[in-house]
Amino acid sequence: MTDQNTLKYTAEHEWVALAGDVATVGITDYAADKLGDVVYVDLPAVGTTVTAGEVCGEIESTKSVGELYAPLTGEVVAVNDAVVDDPASVNGDAFGAWLVKIQVDPADVEALMDHAAYVALTGGEE
Amino acid sequence: MSDLRTTPLHDRHAALGASFTDFGGWSMPVRYTSDLAEHHAVRTAAGLFDISHMAEFELRGADAASTLDRLLAGRISTMKVGKAKYSLLLNETGGVVDDVIVYRRGADDFLVISNAGNRTLVAAEFGAPLTPSAGGDVTISDVSDDYALIAVQGPRARAIVESTAGIAEVAPALADLGYYAWSAGTFAGTPLFIARTGYTGEDGFELLVPNASAPALWDALLIAGEPHGLVPAGLAARDTLRLEAGMPLHGHELSAGILPAQAGLGRVVALDKDDFTGKAAVASASADLPVLVGLVAEGRRAGRAGYAVLDAAGTAVGEITSGVLSPTLGHPIAMAFVPPALADPGTELFIDVRGTRISATVTALPFYRRTA
Repeated sequence: MTDQNTLKYTAEHEWVALAGDVATVGITDYAADKLGDVVYVDLPAVGTTVTAGEVCGEIESTKSVGELYAPLTGEVVAVNDAVVDDPASVNGDAFGAWLVKIQVDPADVEALMDHAAYVALTGGEE
Repeated sequence: MSDLRTTPLHDRHAALGASFTDFGGWSMPVRYTSDLAEHHAVRTAAGLFDISHMAEFELRGADAASTLDRLLAGRISTMKVGKAKYSLLLNETGGVVDDVIVYRRGADDFLVISNAGNRTLVAAEFGAPLTPSAGGDVTISDVSDDYALIAVQGPRARAIVESTAGIAEVAPALADLGYYAWSAGTFAGTPLFIARTGYTGEDGFELLVPNASAPALWDALLIAGEPHGLVPAGLAARDTLRLEAGMPLHGHELSAGILPAQAGLGRVVALDKDDFTGKAAVASASADLPVLVGLVAEGRRAGRAGYAVLDAAGTAVGEITSGVLSPTLGHPIAMAFVPPALADPGTELFIDVRGTRISATVTALPFYRRTA
């Protein structure tokens, strides 16, 4: 179980876990709930460079299409093929179903929202 | 927070943990837990829907039937008491103001159920409140604010309604009730109207009760349905269910600018009856107008409302009105308007899914048809 208090967050409802210089990225429970049942996930290819704030993938639910924004700039070093094969896992455990791992400048991660700031943003949900 | 209206069941939905959405000016449950689980429950067991946002009109009087013949595109005066009929309210140019279901409750007594978002338009066409309308013995009343409407849909629907505590005096018995017909009954002593109609492609019932009785009826249905696998279901599931069943949604497949025949509803229009609103325009309409088709594709990426439909050369030839990854069928489905020349089943077309071209095949509607 991921400790949500130690994660960083973005206004686009992504969570970021930093280990060394690799950031693991997923979407929050709040975002998964808002989307509804996720049926399709499109992730960037390993080796591509993504740019903070730009669209790098798609998360499609029964009812809507959500864009995945890169929370940080860096090279994609891994993607979670298990989630691509089983998109519903995002609804089942949003904080466990990581999407991409990006090699980043750890200083960039510090600039993201902490847990308290994110909970304030969503009005108490996470 | 807003001016959205809520149904008499709003507290029930909130207690069940529903997410809400704005639909036709109403705050309605979009899902309780998972829209896919709710969808599958309706296909395999049953779902319970609050559709109290729908609008209801009563027409009473010796001229009620002839008035409806004049207002609606179908022939209402020949309906038998006890039956229901799908019909259309057209404008003078033949476009669809709304699609409605008419229930004949007596020789001079009709109930018309229309879409929530079109209530004021329908009321205006009906001249409601107008007592009586000019030149006839008919009283038209908008009773939408007095009634709640609860749908029980799915293969277990009949067993559930039959075993619901408090529902009594049902005549005809539901076992003898045909599709698109209704029974009268009572719930805890209050008059209950039970129609065998729905918007899911499954067998099912729509129950009309006074607002004050709605929460108790909702609770009783949930209790009776529990051993049958009944779950509360939201508008998200309702939309994917009706789309699989090829049923049009006003504002998507139907609108004031779309003629009935374009949407495959030419059979609903009784051109051989006396004058009715929109008759001249429908009778003289061009045969070259775009028509509604079903599209099926492979993979998991669905075309959505507004996405372009392309021909083999990449030219935009039409537009999707509704689309989703079909929960029952497991592949993308969509409805779209395309030129008649490209409307034959088997025609190969393409959907522009946010810049990616996905191949799609024209198919006959519905996508899903229940087997029993």
